[in-house]
Amino acid sequence: MTKTINLTLKIWRQKGQKKKGRLETYKAVDISTDMSFLEMIDVINEQLTLEGKEPVAFDHDCREGICGMCGAVVNGRAHGPEKGTTLCQLHMRHFSDGDTIVIEPWRSRAFPVIKDLAVDRSALDKMIQAGGFISVNTGGAQDANAIPVPQDAAELAMDAAACIGCGACVAAYPTHRQCFL
Amino acid sequence: MKLDAKIPGGPLAEKWDKHRFELKLVNPANKRKFEIIVVGTGLAGGSASASLAELGYNVKTFCIQDSPRRAHSIAAQGGINAAKNYTNEGDSIWRLFYDTVKGGDFRAREANIYRLAQVSNNIIDQCVAQGVPFARDYGGLLANRSFGGAQVQRTFYARGQTGQQLLLGAYSALMRQIGTGKVKMFPRREMLDIVVINGKARGIVARNLITGEIETHTGDAVVLCTGGYGNVYFLSTNAMASNATAAFRAYKKGAYFANPCFTQIHPTCIPVHGDYQSKLTLMSESLRNDGRVWVPKNPEDKRRPHQIPESDRDYYLENKYPSFGNLVPRDVASRNAKEQCDIGKGVGETGLAVYLDFEDAIKRDGKDAIEKKYGNLFQMYEKITAENPYETPMMIYPAIHYTMGGLWVDYNLMSTIDGLFVLGEANFSDHGANRLGASALMQGLADGYFVLPYTIGGYLTGTTLEEVTTGHSAFKESITSVNDSIEKLLSINGKRTVDDFHKQLGHIMWDYCGMARNNEGLKKARGMVQQLREEFWENVVVPGSKKDFNQSLERAGRVADFLEFGELMLMDAISRQESCGGHFNEAYQTAENEALRDDENFCHVSAWEFTGKDNEPVLNKEELKFENVELTQRSYK
Repeated sequence: MTKTINLTLKIWRQKGQKKKGRLETYKAVDISTDMSFLEMIDVINEQLTLEGKEPVAFDHDCREGICGMCGAVVNGRAHGPEKGTTLCQLHMRHFSDGDTIVIEPWRSRAFPVIKDLAVDRSALDKMIQAGGFISVNTGGAQDANAIPVPQDAAELAMDAAACIGCGACVAAYPTHRQCFL
Repeated sequence: MKLDAKIPGGPLAEKWDKHRFELKLVNPANKRKFEIIVVGTGLAGGSASASLAELGYNVKTFCIQDSPRRAHSIAAQGGINAAKNYTNEGDSIWRLFYDTVKGGDFRAREANIYRLAQVSNNIIDQCVAQGVPFARDYGGLLANRSFGGAQVQRTFYARGQTGQQLLLGAYSALMRQIGTGKVKMFPRREMLDIVVINGKARGIVARNLITGEIETHTGDAVVLCTGGYGNVYFLSTNAMASNATAAFRAYKKGAYFANPCFTQIHPTCIPVHGDYQSKLTLMSESLRNDGRVWVPKNPEDKRRPHQIPESDRDYYLENKYPSFGNLVPRDVASRNAKEQCDIGKGVGETGLAVYLDFEDAIKRDGKDAIEKKYGNLFQMYEKITAENPYETPMMIYPAIHYTMGGLWVDYNLMSTIDGLFVLGEANFSDHGANRLGASALMQGLADGYFVLPYTIGGYLTGTTLEEVTTGHSAFKESITSVNDSIEKLLSINGKRTVDDFHKQLGHIMWDYCGMARNNEGLKKARGMVQQLREEFWENVVVPGSKKDFNQSLERAGRVADFLEFGELMLMDAISRQESCGGHFNEAYQTAENEALRDDENFCHVSAWEFTGKDNEPVLNKEELKFENVELTQRSYK
């Protein structure tokens, strides 16, 4: 059932890549537990805007866990406490009234901060450019069923291909480096 | 201006071959002399950029996200159609063509759709060669499933993530070309204007979203692949950054906008649950293969679904449409859900939901089989709603999902501005008044891999392009107008946020230009949108500065365009005095409440021409000629 909770947020604010950043504290009041984590940040941002302050910059797009655009370190964990869940799919029902939540950008030298929680992940694209593709040009492909692929091989390929490229694995502590989804 | 669709002559099945032969070629050594700008990197933009570069053109590609792989094509779940007939059910290019014409309620061009059906098979071949991990049967051959509006299984899929896998295919082809230097990639850029010189599209003005810098780029042609305008409703299944700005600004520069009132309401989305909600999540149409849609037989039945016995349930789609059942097209399924909720049979806390029940499928095939097909969707549903669909039926409700309208293009995918091509959801061309499931991916890739690479050559050889530089006065004028509007937005300093305006616009559009429309409501809504737009320009608050990463400013520009575009949608809906596909005007319905077309007066494409800020746009009509299929009342019974 829907209920509301009150939270204390400590959010990383940093004006630009070369600027110094710090954690700022905000109160999040009457947060519905049906909200997603990003919707909770939307609420804070609406408040900040009306107070004449700059809202928190954060990357996000599809909000259904597939585009890989969103992500932050929440209480020390990439994408927060729920396993296999991107930040946009993390819902506030997993937090309790009175909680303090620390929200930071991906922490990695490979991903410099652009602003607040938004980071530059172009390093991931560079890896794909270097050879993460199959070299076929458009046109001239043979009939698709001319190359059977065993079902288990296709399933395994799909497991690997399901990576959303969010970068959480890079952001985690080296000892915990793994896919968080 | 008289609209010339440039449809080639000859029999339907030979038009495309004939046209390809007649198009003049650019010889391989000359292709490198041309520079093409591609805006957007979804299935259409990604595949077009890669294919053009493979041919030897120099390509500059732009996207608003941090990587081309994030475009919203990635969220498409269910699948992609092709007329392979691997299932031996009697499918054919003709049948896919026919289903698409009929599914679109006879409001699209025969020739375009036939070509789409023809190249559908090449797409599957191409994607398999790229390594796209489509589902396969036990013997290792490709598997198929059914989708709405078809009685054959022609949909290819990769679990519930088909869009992701197809996009990664196009993205990796694009990245390969970036690696070779043939494509120069500009991520985190938003196109804010198109530059037209001597009647030809010759460049764009874009904002660097990190630094706020206004950048200019010249090109010999511009290709827009910037998606649809579903976010005019605020709540939709589109991504948060999906917007109409590129297309709308092209409209203001002379590209006609076609059929803006043709919007698709997808029947199976997770219902709305609160004002704070930022987007709606789709549950793939593929679920209707195994899920049964029902509501309680009696209005206001508040029992939990398990407590409602079979005798008290109404499987209304199966009852009303016995031959298509739960797999009727999206517009039909959506309207029926609304109808059930309107008479008080809706379920859930808000009464704005119907059940999609997997109990019978799980009994029949076992939980494992269902999990294999839909596991990720069930998981996504549970994350959002905290209910387990293996045990309790899903609750679903229609939501805005896709927009069939878009910039008008001819058979070559060129708009009314010479050298401005429009691909994928951003154009209007193939889906008429309603798109069938698994056809968007097909169209995006058809346009990008197999249509534009040929037709753009025909344009480039047939036209004289003088040298232009970004110092040209047309670029300077564009920069000035872009800067003026940014500065205006930042200086208003009012009391309402951008999202607040956007939400209000969304409510107006959903209430009056959504699943059902009527003349009185449309007229009223037009006044409301005008008023809201006026207030926006006096009372919006946009914090921050222009030379910065400023997401409020980005959104403000997009919402400003939606506030104008929404009015154009309403005008289009008012002018189309019939019902067809997703455009349902309550005054025009059959005795059985289906959309009632008026082929005598409205068998045309409505293409709107911008005539200045304070003038009414002009309606141009492209008559649709059906020479190969008979116009009939759509029936799925």
